Amino acid sequence: MTAIFSGAEVAGLLRDCGITHVVTVPDSTLGQWEPDIEAIGIRLIRVCREGEAWALAAGLYLGGARPLVMIQCTGLFESGDSLRNVLHDWQLPIPSIIGYRSYLNQETLPGDTCLVFTEPTLRAWQIDYCLVTEPAHFTLMADHLRASLAQDKPGAVLVAEGKA
Amino acid sequence: MTSLEALRLLRVVRKDHDVVVSAMGAARDWMALGSHPRDWIFVPSSMGQATSLGLGIALARPDLRVIVLAGDGGLIMNLGSLITITGQAPANLVILIFDNGVYEVTGAQPTPAAAAGRGGAPPVDLAALARASGFESVFRFGTLDEWVRGIDEALAARGPVFAVLTIAALPGAAGPRSPGPAPERAKAFMAALRERTVTPSEP
Repeated sequence: MTAIFSGAEVAGLLRDCGITHVVTVPDSTLGQWEPDIEAIGIRLIRVCREGEAWALAAGLYLGGARPLVMIQCTGLFESGDSLRNVLHDWQLPIPSIIGYRSYLNQETLPGDTCLVFTEPTLRAWQIDYCLVTEPAHFTLMADHLRASLAQDKPGAVLVAEGKA
Repeated sequence: MTSLEALRLLRVVRKDHDVVVSAMGAARDWMALGSHPRDWIFVPSSMGQATSLGLGIALARPDLRVIVLAGDGGLIMNLGSLITITGQAPANLVILIFDNGVYEVTGAQPTPAAAAGRGGAPPVDLAALARASGFESVFRFGTLDEWVRGIDEALAARGPVFAVLTIAALPGAAGPRSPGPAPERAKAFMAALRERTVTPSEP
């Protein structure tokens, strides 16, 4: 599965944004980026479920680090209460990259309901997100991430993916 | 032993630079014993996430010891965090589980890990789960006397440390109350961590 951005591109952006830790559960697209993220010196923290990721990132942030959560949209659905607590109760500005399963290709999962629920879920959680669907959108992704960090807001980048 | 009895002792031996993360009933009782700038009263919380949040602080601040106070009900909501913790192997993280076998703040219903919640099947051995998840420093304290005799060894063991304290359930006990607006407390806590560093020679 080819991602719309390379691992090197994403890792370079995260480094330039000052991200110190990436807390993640991989999918077949995001997982391709792991070697480049680690190679560039960002600590990759693998968690067992996505709800863990938000609380762990919260602890990192409280301790002075600059974490980012990287999960698939299915993990966004799993994240609910933890995300609510971290982003809204405590108002910690944890940024995220969220893989949008089946957006580019439904060959393996025709009628994938991720396409029905992902964006309404992000809106329900009041997360300012940008959707990126092609390589030319890299600047859009970079600008959104930088703006979220500069404003201390928990922005998300929703990255279109192909086959599950 | 009661949670308050166990925590009273922890208050005595807790070092100024220690970070203490507390949730649910443990937070209620920890707050009742006083306050400290490096106390993270995880109220409001997402139940079960205290271990994960404590791990994050421990990784960001390896110079500080982080002690997490959580209940058995919370732990079994986030058992995967035990695996995540040992995967990161923070030497400065101590997990203390206050095991009363019930969801105390909701009316003392049995948890699915306790014998009463399993139709008489044996209770789940939380310490064994921790050991199977990769913890090497694992302790059990069934009585206050055991806790008194073992607390120093547990806190001084190489982390990550996991300890289960069997405590008495307090049916009807109130849940924890937030001690103030959460965002402001987060800022104050971060400031308290920034202003405190620990040198290797400091006890």
